[in-house]
Amino acid sequence: MLSIISLSLFGILNLFLGFLKSRLILLPATLVFLFVALALLTQEWNQQALYFSDMLRVNNLFVSFSVIVLLTTVLVVGISRNFGDDIEYTHPAEYYSIILFSVTGALMMIGFENLIMLFIGVEILSVAMYVLTGTDKRNLRSNEAALKYFLMGSFATGILLFGLAMIYGATGSFKLGAIATYVQTATQYRSVSPLLYIGLLLLFFGMLFKVSVAPFHFWTPDVYEGAPTIFTAYMSTVVKTAGFAALYKLASIAFASSYGFWAQTLAVLAVLTLLIGNITAAYQISFKRMMAYSSISHAGYLLLAVVAKVPSSQSAILFYSLAYSLATISAFGVLIAVSERKPYEGNPDERYDAFNGLAKTNPLLAFIMTVSMLSLAGIPLTAGFWGKFFIFSAAVQANLTALLVIAVLMSCVGIYYYFRVIIAMYLKPSDNEGVIVSSGFKLTLLFTTVLTLLFGLFPDLVNRFF
Amino acid sequence: MLTLILILIPLVLAAVLLGLRGGAVKRVALIASLVELALAVYVLSIFKADTSSQFSLSYDWISSAGIRFAIGIDGISVLLVLLSTLLVPLIILSTFNHSYRNPSAFYALILMMQSALVGVFVAKDAFLFYFFFEAALIPIYFIAASWGGENRIPVTFKFFIYTIFGSLFMLLGLVYLYLQTPGSHSSLLSAFYELKLSAAQQSVLFWALFIGFAIKMPVFPFHTWQPDTYVESPTPATMLLAGIMLKMGTYGLIRIVLPIVPEGVQEWGLVAVILSVTGIVYGSIIAIQQQDMKRLVAYSSFAHVGLMAAGIFSLTLDGLQGSLIQMLAHGINVVGLFFIIEIIFSRTQSRDLSQLGGITQNSPVLSVFFIIMVLGSVALPLTNGFIGEFLLLKGVFTYNTWIGIVAGTTIIFGAVYMLRMVQKSMFGLQTTATEQFTDLNLNEILVLLPLAVFVFWIGLFPNAFLKLTEPAVAELLRTLK
Repeated sequence: MLSIISLSLFGILNLFLGFLKSRLILLPATLVFLFVALALLTQEWNQQALYFSDMLRVNNLFVSFSVIVLLTTVLVVGISRNFGDDIEYTHPAEYYSIILFSVTGALMMIGFENLIMLFIGVEILSVAMYVLTGTDKRNLRSNEAALKYFLMGSFATGILLFGLAMIYGATGSFKLGAIATYVQTATQYRSVSPLLYIGLLLLFFGMLFKVSVAPFHFWTPDVYEGAPTIFTAYMSTVVKTAGFAALYKLASIAFASSYGFWAQTLAVLAVLTLLIGNITAAYQISFKRMMAYSSISHAGYLLLAVVAKVPSSQSAILFYSLAYSLATISAFGVLIAVSERKPYEGNPDERYDAFNGLAKTNPLLAFIMTVSMLSLAGIPLTAGFWGKFFIFSAAVQANLTALLVIAVLMSCVGIYYYFRVIIAMYLKPSDNEGVIVSSGFKLTLLFTTVLTLLFGLFPDLVNRFF
Repeated sequence: MLTLILILIPLVLAAVLLGLRGGAVKRVALIASLVELALAVYVLSIFKADTSSQFSLSYDWISSAGIRFAIGIDGISVLLVLLSTLLVPLIILSTFNHSYRNPSAFYALILMMQSALVGVFVAKDAFLFYFFFEAALIPIYFIAASWGGENRIPVTFKFFIYTIFGSLFMLLGLVYLYLQTPGSHSSLLSAFYELKLSAAQQSVLFWALFIGFAIKMPVFPFHTWQPDTYVESPTPATMLLAGIMLKMGTYGLIRIVLPIVPEGVQEWGLVAVILSVTGIVYGSIIAIQQQDMKRLVAYSSFAHVGLMAAGIFSLTLDGLQGSLIQMLAHGINVVGLFFIIEIIFSRTQSRDLSQLGGITQNSPVLSVFFIIMVLGSVALPLTNGFIGEFLLLKGVFTYNTWIGIVAGTTIIFGAVYMLRMVQKSMFGLQTTATEQFTDLNLNEILVLLPLAVFVFWIGLFPNAFLKLTEPAVAELLRTLK
């Protein structure tokens, strides 16, 4: 709880640090703020408490997912090397503050105990994301993406709010506990108000939009492609982690008793997401767009764990989010470095071809990218394998056979598009020159890679907490 | 502890190799694999031929999920450990006349592959097995895709995705089994053996597990990745694939499929045998048509492995014993054959039978070794292939006479395509490609001589090997009944 308060204060502090107009101060300051928040957060491990008139619940679920969000943010800030250098047009202080604010929103989404808190969290996070998407303000792609994201995102938020209102109408409360009690008794006596069902669906659809589950995914590729890569890395990890934590809480706590009602819907959407995400990703020419579709497909796997709704779902989602976040940040980090080698049609080169021959010019970057791709593809030795493993275990426990078969088939498709990068790096010749990257950048990426391999060999490092 | 050291030696030295440059790399790699072999021979010498798992070791790996790092060598794995430690030094030695670019990565990957292969054969925990099973795929993919022929990228890509596809179904099967174990779950194979599964469960599980192994071997109709991959891979990778890696599939059948889903095997074994036998005939007929020697041996390998699978599903002592000894024998023969093809190719730039001929005139030593390897492959009595194929066919005959007769054609077909290959390449008139052919040098003899010794050793004294495996196989069959 202290972490949420401190993060919002640090965000404001960061704005004042902006007077100094120096990224050299802002970046370390932001990192320090994040570490302080992380330290405060870990103090709350194994504690149970309610805050803000019972609107926020601190428990191990909150702490563990928040740690992932903060860790991800630390890593993103760690690789944020170039943006903000151009003081005249960009404003580093504002961006770092927005990042801190958005983390606050993400934490509220994870810890909510009251649906209003969820809504506020979603809004804080989303508005921050709209701004970050448009930060490359002289670039048409970035502007288009921000507008698109904003329009569609606001629409989705509206739907979410509408759903909340209906749920309130049916249950008379915004509190998770009260809703759960209502749903349980009403289901028992078969007297569930239709308002609840409609509200539940609208609420879920709003949330699914945020985590880009098909058919609410149409914004994803354009926004991911248009946003500056560093913020693409940020939104594809933090939003997903926080979004799925919230979704899991809704599904497993508030609406656990009406499982039979929403499970079918979510199962169909999971299948759709897996199919659309993976198959479309296989046809991409741009690596960045592929990552957007791959992010959709990972939402599909995560949704599988939500649909399974077994006790191990929570740790499965947690581990998967962690593995996915680490790998995604590595991937986008390398993309940032590589895409600046040679512009392509006026924009940074984000095609697969940009990676050609990287293993020769920058073996370390190529290695980092390889581990990241293997992890996303779910190959053993990497954290991604155990992520898939735990998700599949949860789904096997829930007897979701048909879903599993599709998930397995789509994993194979996934290997196809992830390996295209590896092939480009190691097996294709290139006339590109090597990229020079700063040591801090390299260290951050190396750190994510080491974590990916470490969790791949010893998943217990994470899992023994549950 | 010794088992763990067997896994670690190649892995540690692979890491060392990555830091080395120049000519030392080859030699260090060779020394590493020889140390590994020496240790394996020592392990073999103190291995007691009984049903127990020896040199065992069990650590907590993922304690929250009950997954253990449990390894050990028993009668079923002992010959495969020997195979993977025996062949790797020879494979490394066989590359001494060839300089691969970026040698430190090349040899490090070979050693990593060996580590994973040994791991597969000694794993006593289902997920550890799966872990090594997949871990073996990554180095071989990179070897084949980086140092292979012209068409290597799409071909190895197909291979990778195809095999992962199979393994993922296997993984689902293993996860399902894991969740059936009582209490807080365990993934030890011994815990899986104890499960009481219904016939319906076993049928589904049989296919989930079988597909993973069938693709790896490969069994008809899952073989389409194999010939191209063998041809496009650099020869050391082909040797690893055909010599050792395909045995992961046959080993998996014995270690996992038979004891865990015996009723599934009863139910579907006939289908599996028919598929395997179809592969024998199909592979043989295609092999007869081939002009490319490497492709010919690739198809022959496909045919041979079909017989091994059929022998395993015959569920007879002879069939299983035959398949184990044949795994060793086939590994030795196929490595020898691929090496000789590589020698011919490096001197004539051709593997095309129509462009070769009369090699024996310039290089009698080569032809002698070639013929020894071929005779081993066609199962001539007194060679290693005879012991394996004889036992396998006996097993298949006991299972079903008609299928046995069809499977028996492997001997005839084998002789046809193998002898055709010898005749067209070694005998006849010299061609422009083979006029300048030089005989073997010392290095090549050093590779082929041990292989030839093993061809006869196993052929003449099979009991030394069969005795090692017999108690474990008999015990396995007893539990199946």
